[in-house]
Amino acid sequence: MKVVVCVKQVPDTKGGVKFKPDGTLDRNAMLAIMNPDDKAGLEAALKLKDEYGAEVTVVTMGLPKADAVLREAIAMGADKGILVTDRVLGGADTWATSSTIAGALRNLDYDLIITGRQAIDGDTAQVGPQISEHLHIPVISYAEEIKVDEKAGTVTVKRQFEDRYHMVEAKMPCLVTALSELGEPRYMTPGGIFGAFEKNEDGSDKVTVWGRNDLKDVDDSNIGLKGSPTVIAKASDKVKKGAGEKVVLDTPEESVDYIVSKLVEKHVV
Amino acid sequence: MSLEEYKGVFIFAQQVDNEISSIALELLGKARNLAESLDEKKVTAVLIGSDVKGLTGTLAEYGADRVIVVDDPALKDYRTEPYTHALASVVNEFKPEILLVGATAIGRDLGPRVSSRVHTGLTADCTSLEIGDFPLVAVPGQEDKQKHKQLLMTRPAFGGNTIATIACPDFRPQMATVRPGVMQKIEPKKGATAEIVEYNPGFEENNCYTKILEIVKAVSDVADISEAKILVSGGRGVGSPENFKLLDDLAAVLHGTVSCSRAVVDSGWKPKDLQVGQTGKTVRPHVYFAIGISGAIQHVAGMEESDIIIAINKDENAPIFDVADYGVVGDLNKIVPLLTKKLQETIANK
Repeated sequence: MKVVVCVKQVPDTKGGVKFKPDGTLDRNAMLAIMNPDDKAGLEAALKLKDEYGAEVTVVTMGLPKADAVLREAIAMGADKGILVTDRVLGGADTWATSSTIAGALRNLDYDLIITGRQAIDGDTAQVGPQISEHLHIPVISYAEEIKVDEKAGTVTVKRQFEDRYHMVEAKMPCLVTALSELGEPRYMTPGGIFGAFEKNEDGSDKVTVWGRNDLKDVDDSNIGLKGSPTVIAKASDKVKKGAGEKVVLDTPEESVDYIVSKLVEKHVV
Repeated sequence: MSLEEYKGVFIFAQQVDNEISSIALELLGKARNLAESLDEKKVTAVLIGSDVKGLTGTLAEYGADRVIVVDDPALKDYRTEPYTHALASVVNEFKPEILLVGATAIGRDLGPRVSSRVHTGLTADCTSLEIGDFPLVAVPGQEDKQKHKQLLMTRPAFGGNTIATIACPDFRPQMATVRPGVMQKIEPKKGATAEIVEYNPGFEENNCYTKILEIVKAVSDVADISEAKILVSGGRGVGSPENFKLLDDLAAVLHGTVSCSRAVVDSGWKPKDLQVGQTGKTVRPHVYFAIGISGAIQHVAGMEESDIIIAINKDENAPIFDVADYGVVGDLNKIVPLLTKKLQETIANK
């Protein structure tokens, strides 16, 4: 069985968010990590490797430095990585991103594609379902559990909704978007970290780099900034709502009188 | 694509178990408001399901001029492929200028799949929508290239740290998913009717059809915090699950509901259904009590639209005081029980 996991290198938002003068994000100025939902998806794939000996390929699209998340994935147990990087792919919205990644995936054999539900930078949750549509395969979003029946060629997923879950069965090949609930990602092993930077036996690197010309069946009009239907009109730091009154009173009784007076004034009571 | 062919504001009228979801009515409210600024003022709800024709009246009362009903046994419970086929077919047939979908567990799956199929842009999890110019300010010398009456879609990103306004100037429909609890429903007009159009594009199984083996509904008698008028919300500062009793008592006096911050859910003190914030629910009650809540930006993103925010926190520098209308620095263990008592007396004396 072949499993492909799509991961994204994202800025660690805990360190604060930085912009370039043109209003786009300055990703270079922030710490970079593997997106948490993607990491949970990778863990699910590695479990399938433990159980069925699945081959796990990790794909990412990004700047050359996104190589780091592929090495991390290999150190955790993935077999190989593919880095899709090219200047002409930059500035892509979710539509152009999914069309690009689909172009890369068309070169690969896969039974199952796993993506994270959403990335912590964009929070859109759109790229996974959009890839599946470009590849004409079924999608099951918001997976809390993934089970594979290799013989039947099916995958069964516990699919989360607000007030329920569905057990959904799909024919493979299929795309599943993973929730962090899928499982705590394993740590990299020291041997794995070392191995991630070693060459394969045939002398090739464990990470293959693909550019625009390596994408299969993707038109120029569907990639990068020019292939993006959505355009940023304005981006800014969030404007905080103005603070109201803050009081420090000597006794709890005074504090309570203050709150009650405000509630009466506003006709709440 | 001839953009001029695309007319009118459409909303996906989500239903689950043949009950209209609240988000559908919120979207209708927003659609009415957007349509006022457009040449085509007709608002259309797209109702997809099995045996759902009985639901059109509600949609009319909440602002739909027209309801397109796609009714087929294949659409009984939500499955991505037949629903995508239904909605994408409606788009291709009826050509909406704007299509709004709720950013729910259904909409965030359906929206992207439909946008890919019909090849248009989709902006996720919007918290504000308006009609305006793109670019916002015309490029000098290229005033004729500025487009008017575009849908400007505003959304938070980076966990609420940033806010971006997005347009989709060259593709139609302009699609957005919209966060539940943010847009306002209109006052329903009893007895209002809408034009009903039945449309069935035909459903043939293919490799993308999935099978639902089992549906397990969460057994929950938990209150829906997004509907509450008064919320008494507690954070880590409450100290323990037992101590939430103080908040329960306060909520009871005010006929309010108890909610909480993410820290409380992560500690296992309260179920996730009660969580306010970026990864929880967006709420806009009349009064929001933030008790022992520090006010992380992710929390604030979910409650800052509340009419009146009252914060009680012992940390004078807690960021919650930056958004609170009335902030009290002090010990919640002393203040909250007294407040409950005082309010009881105040209400009894009226």
